[in-house]
Amino acid sequence: SQAVRPFSATSGTQTVTLFPGDGIGPEIAKSVQDIFKAAGVPIDWEIHTVSTKAVDKSGRLISQEAIDSVIRNKVGLKGPLATPIGKGHQSLNLTLRKALKLYANVRPCLSIPGFKTKYDDVDLVICRENTEGEYSGLEHEVVPGVVEALKVITKDASTRICQYAFEYAKDNGRKKVTVVHKANIMKMSDGLFLQCARDIAPGYPALEYEEILLDVAVMQLARDPHAYDVMVMPNLYGDIISDLCAGLIGGLGLTPSGNIGEDASVFEAVHGTAPDIAGKGLANPTALLLSSVMMLRHMKLTDFADRIERAALTTIANPTTRTKDLGGSASTSEFTNAICRALA
Amino acid sequence: AVQKPGDARERHVTVIPGDGVGEEIFDSISSIFKAACVPVKWDVYEIPPNATELPPQIIESLRKNGVGIKGVILTPIKDGHRSLNVMLRKQLDLFAHIIHVHTLPGIPTRHGDLDFVVIRENTEGEYSGMEHEVQPGVVESLKVITRTASLRIADYAFEYAFLNNRKKVTAVHKANIMKLCDGEFLKACREIAKKYPSIEYEEMIVDNTCMQLVAYPQKFDVMVMPNLYGNVVGNIGAGLVGSPAICPGGNVGANVAVFEQGARHAAADIANKNIANPTGELLAAVMMLRYINLPSFADRIQGAVEMVLSEGKVRTLDVGGTASTTDFTKAIIAHL
Ligand SMILES: Nc1ncnc2c1ncn2[C@@H]1O[C@H](COP(=O)(O)OP(=O)(O)OP(=O)(O)O)[C@@H](O)[C@H]1O
Ligand SMILES: Nc1ncnc2c1ncn2[C@@H]1O[C@H](COP(=O)(O)OP(=O)(O)OP(=O)(O)O)[C@@H](O)[C@H]1O
Ligand SMILES: [Mg+2]
Ligand SMILES: [Mg+2]
Repeated sequence: SQAVRPFSATSGTQTVTLFPGDGIGPEIAKSVQDIFKAAGVPIDWEIHTVSTKAVDKSGRLISQEAIDSVIRNKVGLKGPLATPIGKGHQSLNLTLRKALKLYANVRPCLSIPGFKTKYDDVDLVICRENTEGEYSGLEHEVVPGVVEALKVITKDASTRICQYAFEYAKDNGRKKVTVVHKANIMKMSDGLFLQCARDIAPGYPALEYEEILLDVAVMQLARDPHAYDVMVMPNLYGDIISDLCAGLIGGLGLTPSGNIGEDASVFEAVHGTAPDIAGKGLANPTALLLSSVMMLRHMKLTDFADRIERAALTTIANPTTRTKDLGGSASTSEFTNAICRALA
Repeated sequence: AVQKPGDARERHVTVIPGDGVGEEIFDSISSIFKAACVPVKWDVYEIPPNATELPPQIIESLRKNGVGIKGVILTPIKDGHRSLNVMLRKQLDLFAHIIHVHTLPGIPTRHGDLDFVVIRENTEGEYSGMEHEVQPGVVESLKVITRTASLRIADYAFEYAFLNNRKKVTAVHKANIMKLCDGEFLKACREIAKKYPSIEYEEMIVDNTCMQLVAYPQKFDVMVMPNLYGNVVGNIGAGLVGSPAICPGGNVGANVAVFEQGARHAAADIANKNIANPTGELLAAVMMLRYINLPSFADRIQGAVEMVLSEGKVRTLDVGGTASTTDFTKAIIAHL
């Protein structure tokens, strides 16, 4: 196994792999680069493009060279990508997940001041197991008209994601970790997941620990999301709850996400390539910028993360510097410049 | 309506009060029914503590009466016996779970007025109970989807939409990942949809559905889905209308129907405190009255509930009030 390179704010400049992506990707990636420069973040970018054609026989869209770059740098930032339609392509997410062993999908959901939704002051983090569960891909037809799908839960993967959630909570000054399960019905599989969480919880006495059934969790989130802080759960529940939480704060266009792996971690905006506005200077870089803030926290460049996040949120809170999708009239570069000014 | 011979006879209804707040809520319902002179007779069955099987008399009674109301029987998490609620649905083949998600006057919500129906497959899917340990630390759980059950629930959903003058049916799935299982479910929905050209049919992936539900819940009408997604979507609905204790629900099979609060929770945390909200279970009992063809009693009770709530003076804790279960019950009786 590989030694993890230690991160520290004083170890000089670090290199990060950047995939600007397609559509509005290059515009919002440039915005992030500009803001990082203005903030003096000690990061060098190594830029790789992702092809829209297969680069090898297995249908991958990403070269080995690009994957090696992420593994070498340990960290990547990724814009939206258009996945070509048709068979024979392995989706980029799947390729990266396998190549980098990305086991945790982390999505913080933070209300954006200035973007009013039905829910105010949402501030929670979803940690989703990313490699097994209901997404095992093991399905078969027993007899015509009877189909089975296998959900697989392992002790190793469950321990790893729960461990990550507690570490994340500790590192980010969070108060509580809630494990979401359905172990009253799926006694063995979700029971195993729950047991792994229970085994880890005592190691973090400063954090409150709570177990909650999936149905109660979603009911509570739709009613009043303030009951939760950091939440950890198996794959499918994480998929559902992370999208639900994105809905609470205004949709996928504003939510950052991180994929944490054994070999490297990749941070990305969850929204699409927005071909309708690509190249017009209208894109809102917030989701990618907040993903890069997550990345900075992951790299323990916390001061830079806090400064950039604060500048971004104050800029959005001001109606005159918002982009069109948030009801303003600023262009991508006007918005970006406003954030740079707010950094000072 | 014209009285038919035999209409005035008393109907027997099987009751399983269940755990948590079940007793208190059933007390509330029975006193309201009594005050309204509803011609039903309750056949009440308690589940012995720590029972691991359903007492067979309960199943017999439900088969005989054809109709019942129930609360939630608590299931231990992890180790311990399987859910008696699931056993009941399986043994009586109550294949459809219906949750009517609607707002009520006088109960503030974030989203304004809502009115949609979640129809959930109630017998298979992730609730198959088939699990095994392949090797230490590796556990598999089987999700089972059958064409028969999928066709049956899809058919129920469209027929429900048709009879209730609803405009649209949304099938909720995750067929991009579970291609075979959820694919089979969608195939059944598409087949049935063709028979109902007047009803709009759409498909939506479950994660997107949940995102839409908390942002634009007004866009939903009738929703149909496999078991686990129904558990999730029905509970989001309960959260949207402000409390788990507002929406009524029912488990329907070919010959038997058992009604209960839409979001099925025992609420053990508030048991024996006289603070539970009986509305959801009461409206489920009202659904039951319509099912056994006593619509005027149903209207009268529902009207009383709505009057009490819209006056806003007597409300339970979960919806921002201070009234006890018994005060709320008395207020409803006073409005009958
Ligand atoms: N960063 C952004 N800034 C402004 N608008 C955006 C942004 N991202 C998405 N949008 C808008 O949201 C809508 C949906 O965009 P999205 O790219 O997800 O569409 P899509 O059709 O799913 O694209 P893809 O096929 O690449 O996933 C579009 O109208 C787009 O303009
Ligand atoms: N009829 C009701 N009136 C008031 N509150 C209710 C009612 N039904 C459910 N609730 C509330 O909804 C929440 C979820 O109920 P549920 O019984 O699932 O709780 P829980 O926390 O899972 O407890 P348990 O593990 O004992 O089931 C609880 O806070 C409960 O009090
Ligand atoms: Mg998703
Ligand atoms: Mg898209």
